Amino acid sequence: MEARTAAKAARPEIVLHGVRAPQRGWLTWLTTTDHKKIGILYLFATFLFFILGGVEALLMRLQLAQPNNTLINPETYNGLVTIHGTTMVFLFMVPVWAGIGNYFLPLMIGARDMAFPRLNALSFWLLLFGGIAFYVSIFFEPPQAGWTMYPPLSDDVFSPGGGVDAWIFLIHLTGLSSLIGAVNFVATIHNMRAPGMSWGRMPLFVWTLLVYSYLLIVALPAVAAAVTMLLTDRHFGTAFFDPAGGGDPLLWQHLFWFFGHPEVYIMVLPAFGVISEVLPVFARKPIFGYKAIAASTVAIAFLGLLVWAHHMFTTPTATVVLAFFMLSSFTIAVPTGIKIFNWIATLWRGQIVYKTPLYFAVALPALFTIGGISGVILAIFPVDWQLHDTYFVVAHFHYVLFGGAVFALFAALYYWFPKMSGRMMSESLGKVSFWLMFVGFNVTFLVQHSAGLSGMPRRIYDYSSELGVTEYNLISTIGAFILGIGVLVTCVNLIHSLKNGKKAGNDPWQGNTLEWFTTSPPPPNNFDVIPRVRSVEPMKDIRREVMARTVATETVAQPVAPRSL
Amino acid sequence: MPRRLVLAALAAALLALLIAAPSTFADTFTPESGGSQNADDIDTLYKVTLYVAIVIFLIVEGTLVWSLVRHRARRGGAEAVQIRGNTPLELGWTVAAALILVVLTVVTFLYLDDIENPPESGANGLQASQTSFASIDQPNPPGDRPYLRIGVNGQQYLWRYDYPGEQRLFSYYEMVVPVDTTVVLEVTASDVIHSWWIPKLGGKVDGVPGHVNETWFKIPASKAGTTFHGQCAELCGSGHADMRAEVRAVTPAQFEAWAEEHRAAIEEAGELLSEQRERRAGDEER
Repeated sequence: MEARTAAKAARPEIVLHGVRAPQRGWLTWLTTTDHKKIGILYLFATFLFFILGGVEALLMRLQLAQPNNTLINPETYNGLVTIHGTTMVFLFMVPVWAGIGNYFLPLMIGARDMAFPRLNALSFWLLLFGGIAFYVSIFFEPPQAGWTMYPPLSDDVFSPGGGVDAWIFLIHLTGLSSLIGAVNFVATIHNMRAPGMSWGRMPLFVWTLLVYSYLLIVALPAVAAAVTMLLTDRHFGTAFFDPAGGGDPLLWQHLFWFFGHPEVYIMVLPAFGVISEVLPVFARKPIFGYKAIAASTVAIAFLGLLVWAHHMFTTPTATVVLAFFMLSSFTIAVPTGIKIFNWIATLWRGQIVYKTPLYFAVALPALFTIGGISGVILAIFPVDWQLHDTYFVVAHFHYVLFGGAVFALFAALYYWFPKMSGRMMSESLGKVSFWLMFVGFNVTFLVQHSAGLSGMPRRIYDYSSELGVTEYNLISTIGAFILGIGVLVTCVNLIHSLKNGKKAGNDPWQGNTLEWFTTSPPPPNNFDVIPRVRSVEPMKDIRREVMARTVATETVAQPVAPRSL
Repeated sequence: MPRRLVLAALAAALLALLIAAPSTFADTFTPESGGSQNADDIDTLYKVTLYVAIVIFLIVEGTLVWSLVRHRARRGGAEAVQIRGNTPLELGWTVAAALILVVLTVVTFLYLDDIENPPESGANGLQASQTSFASIDQPNPPGDRPYLRIGVNGQQYLWRYDYPGEQRLFSYYEMVVPVDTTVVLEVTASDVIHSWWIPKLGGKVDGVPGHVNETWFKIPASKAGTTFHGQCAELCGSGHADMRAEVRAVTPAQFEAWAEEHRAAIEEAGELLSEQRERRAGDEER
């Protein structure tokens, strides 16, 4: 008996790995470590926060539609200002790229998952709970000191409620989430690229995700330190930011903006990456100046670390410091300009196919140019003395962040939705949504430049009619609702296409990158075979090869495809 | 109509608009100005950059729109040109972008001195003796003519102005200043951060607790009798929207009369107060 058992155990067996029956039910979404499912969770959560932030913006616009409006009181308005800014930055624009990156980074570099799948799940849940911890503050007392949370206004004397603490909690949780996510992205990009994918063959979106991750790792500790100091100032008797105790309110501003300005590039660089992916596909042309675009991404990130005090031009600061930060801010215009010129050159002499992703992608160079130019104007510090903290600045950063990042995000959504769902989104609804958003956006924010130039400061719940900005505000409010309807049309399109869209197939757009090589939606392991990468457009090579083989077989055997019976 | 004519007409219309725009929409497209030389200089500096910006804007957006229209995919259209870059072209636009910024830098530094540093008061400005309106430890504007140095203190939700001199003089909300006189402001705050800004009188400066920030203005004599309005420009709490400020420009003679009157009133109020205190103290002793 014993001998037989031993013989049985020694017999070679085939052990099955990874072909477990796929789990079903909502619980799988809670326990998943699949980068694609986590990506979807990210996108779902951040889009909800986007809608919330949008509703907050519309409430503010309603209040400002006419002078002496009593819809919203000053406290609520300041709360809305704070929650809108915080939501859009920390709960939408930064993590939404983590969502898109989660889904597409492994697919684009030909990997089967992220480097640390469980860490990946952790970074999503930290984000979600950070958001919840922040949003519950609306049930007791939301923070009212603006998303920049300048002390002394945000300290325990002037903001005794718990809202600021909820905000600090949010910064810590989402910061940790971003930090873990960034480490994961970096490890994945450095180690898990497909064979043959050298740095010079990496998709430009992946380049921007790499730089996004490094920027997060460099910038986040500053804000983590700052909010911790604020927390101890508020509750444990320290005086980092309290001049009465030997502290300095300006210390906060330096720490906050040392993080805050790179944060702008954290939000906008992946958007640039999306444009660099989408434009060549729809222009049927290779990207113009691949190396220049990749290098300018790195240059923008580096320079972006050196410009923080241009948010502080009106503080008591020596002229030589102001001059330094003006010049460093100027220099960023060069690599940014290079990108825009390269994108236009990519379109030039192409065969531009007018699909919805292209519409949204082209909006970025069109609108970011305006935001970039107004940025250069604001960098001139004597001019900033007039424009700082006015609606000119509000217009500027909405042109950068909405005109740039959000339009690019919508391009990404329309471009990659077929891959994620296996179905196409409606083109007609997409174009309607685009035009509503594009027109609505410009109607909302173009006049805000003029409002700011007329002396309209930010973050005020009611402007007297004597200021002469009543018409601007009404126009802006009307535009905001057009914009809101545009976003709504895309939401409808999303939900409708999920069930009823046309089947997409693997490669509906004739893409250039590896995510189009696998099925739509991709299987849990992404690729059964990982192709060898020979250029920056591996999918184009594969299509060409398949074409060559098909033509070769056709000339020999001429098979007739069975069409329908 | 032939296409060329349409294009020419469009170009002409655009040009006309550009020429007409500065005069008709001056206030729509430029910062506030007209109350002081520094505001006017900022306005000029802004206009210079705006003109550069308009040219760049038209070139970039024009090329973008042109490429989009011209190179739309058509049945039987030309193949997309498979170019991957052009080093001379790329170097060219990099250098061009950098050059534009160099120009802007130079222009900024040309105007900076006049914006930042207060000039000498005018001949018809404040004539009062130096002692009643001068400060001891701060550098003065150039020249020997009298000027005015006012301490501005932001407090939730109003501004306090302290005038120099041996006898106390201060006011809230409304700042009264003589025309044709250099007025130097020392801005600070005693609770949270506020920002002093009267758009027509130049740029804003933050009042930060623990710091003193400086700015100046000099209202031309022709503006005597004008009141300039402003609003706190840094979120300072629930009353931020109501934290307004006014600067009333008067002739130097009117200013001195106002100062004398207010000093007397303040002194009288002070005496009244100490009298009351004494009386109360006496009551308690008894």
